Amino acid sequence: MNRGSLSLARPADHPALTPGRLGALLALLAGLVGVLGLAAGSEGWSWAWAEDRALIQAIRAPRTLGALAAGALLGLAGALAQGLFRNPLADPFLLGSAAGAGLGVVLVLAAGSVLAAHLAWQPLGWLSQSGVVLAAFVGALGGVALTLLLAGGAARPLKLLLCGVVVGVLMGAVSDLLLMASPEALRGRQMFLLGTTGFLGWTALAWLAGALVLALPLALRFARVLDALVLGDASAASLGLSLPRLRLLLVALMALATGTAVSQAGLVGFVGLVAPHLVRRLVTVTHGPLLLLSAAAGAVLLGAADVAARSVIAPQELPVGVLTALFGGVYLLVLLRRQGSGA
Amino acid sequence: MRWCRAVWLAWAVLPASAAITVTDDRGQALTLPQPAQRIVSLLPSLTEGLCALQACDRLVGVDRFSNWPAQVRQLPQLGGLEDTTIERLVRLQPDLVVAAVSARALGRLQALGIPVLALEPKSLADTRRVLDVLAQAIGKPGEGERLWAQIDQGVNAAAARVPPALRGQTVYFEVASAPYAAGASSFVGELLTRLQLVNVVPAAMGPFPKLNPEFVLRAQPAIVMATARAVAEMPGRPGWSALKALQAGRSCGFAEARYEMLVRPGPRLAEAAGLIADCLVTLDGRKP
Repeated sequence: MNRGSLSLARPADHPALTPGRLGALLALLAGLVGVLGLAAGSEGWSWAWAEDRALIQAIRAPRTLGALAAGALLGLAGALAQGLFRNPLADPFLLGSAAGAGLGVVLVLAAGSVLAAHLAWQPLGWLSQSGVVLAAFVGALGGVALTLLLAGGAARPLKLLLCGVVVGVLMGAVSDLLLMASPEALRGRQMFLLGTTGFLGWTALAWLAGALVLALPLALRFARVLDALVLGDASAASLGLSLPRLRLLLVALMALATGTAVSQAGLVGFVGLVAPHLVRRLVTVTHGPLLLLSAAAGAVLLGAADVAARSVIAPQELPVGVLTALFGGVYLLVLLRRQGSGA
Repeated sequence: MRWCRAVWLAWAVLPASAAITVTDDRGQALTLPQPAQRIVSLLPSLTEGLCALQACDRLVGVDRFSNWPAQVRQLPQLGGLEDTTIERLVRLQPDLVVAAVSARALGRLQALGIPVLALEPKSLADTRRVLDVLAQAIGKPGEGERLWAQIDQGVNAAAARVPPALRGQTVYFEVASAPYAAGASSFVGELLTRLQLVNVVPAAMGPFPKLNPEFVLRAQPAIVMATARAVAEMPGRPGWSALKALQAGRSCGFAEARYEMLVRPGPRLAEAAGLIADCLVTLDGRKP
């Protein structure tokens, strides 16, 4: 590990904060975000919950819970990515899932409009609309699968990372090419990839929660692999771990978490990058607690961003992806500056 | 016996109630128990269509781009295609939402049980059909066709005003600088055809293709049309100073507010055709 990454991930200005206490604090914050989320209405804050019951039930509740769940998935995926690549700047979208999701959406939209035009069969156009969420999910997983295929498995992290970049560029190019042939899909892609929590309903929440329930326990169970990886591949292998297979599993979990979040909430940047950072700055922990706390931090971050998106310029709404990118960018900048002055 | 009565009741009551069934551009049928009274429109051309059908007072909310007629600007704004504010929309309790097929909110709104018509006019025939669907939805069947007849007449009147010298001339209509053009198969292209102009971008290239700038140079259109701002910067593009139409000043640069009419497939298409005719008349008058 190089010095830069060590100090970027520097633990510890807060010795009083134990992992347990941080967990409790995050749980409290998540609860607070939950309550605020139920109150952040379209006309500003509204605490008349009896009056707004229908609205809360149909819109605010699934949206708030959905933002928390998507944030948790991104936080978890980010912690997995940073552990897997031993790189504090690793991001869950790194392995081609973002570009894959984009390509999936474009493919379905373009195919829908072309088929609808040529076969003059209108329902196809509609099919393409409802198939978009599924396409984004499949595309995200497909992007990661292609990366794995090109890298010949997950044995060599650096190669995997480079292949991720290549896949991202290639898939981006292919979807741009498709957009030339079917410009109508452009708007669809733009719309879809703009990170937003505004359209999360109960169905979306079910998907997000399902992925979380599946991915989090599995990730925790294999967290010790990430601990062993910190010591380097050779040491990890000497502990009797079958690295390629375990890495593959962790990449798959990361892809599942990222793909689900992208397909429901679009490309919400920086949550996956920043959440593990925050946790590592506050406490020194092994990967087990780190994964759990990162998921919690991601949930709080995206939940808070969702509430802010709704209330900052109410009754208008900000796309939540814009807020997380702003916050994440400023956070990293502050981190870098502080590190620069401290060194 | 009870069953029989239920059937008889249904038979007796249903025709009496003014239930309306319309089909939208996704091929989905929507049944409204009565003509829509509280409508949200999330597409400017649909907003304009509803207002032209004398249903402006039934609008309770619009998207952020709807700006004509002026009175719709007073209505609650509900965001754009990708960031529709769902809660605000639901709060308005619309009995009908009309939106583009590509609007991301469609699925969410339907899940919330709000009646949605997805309509996206792309050609003149589409515009006619969409106006008809809107007219049915507001309980004024036949009004759509009547409105279309007016628009059609207006376009014909504009076509009649095109100076004979300019009929059959080639034209390049730019919708965005990249450059993207309005091809012959787009509704803008159809309008230009109705005005007896020949589009340099053939229908085979699609409705709004991105062109190689060289294509326009090679085509040497007799007339160039775009926003006033685009026309002003065209001579500065590499090589475009050689465009004879620009050299001779045979260009129609439309002010933004007017240009909007040209790119919205709605009830103001006749007025849009008139704008083009006006420009052609001016060009003809300037000829030495």
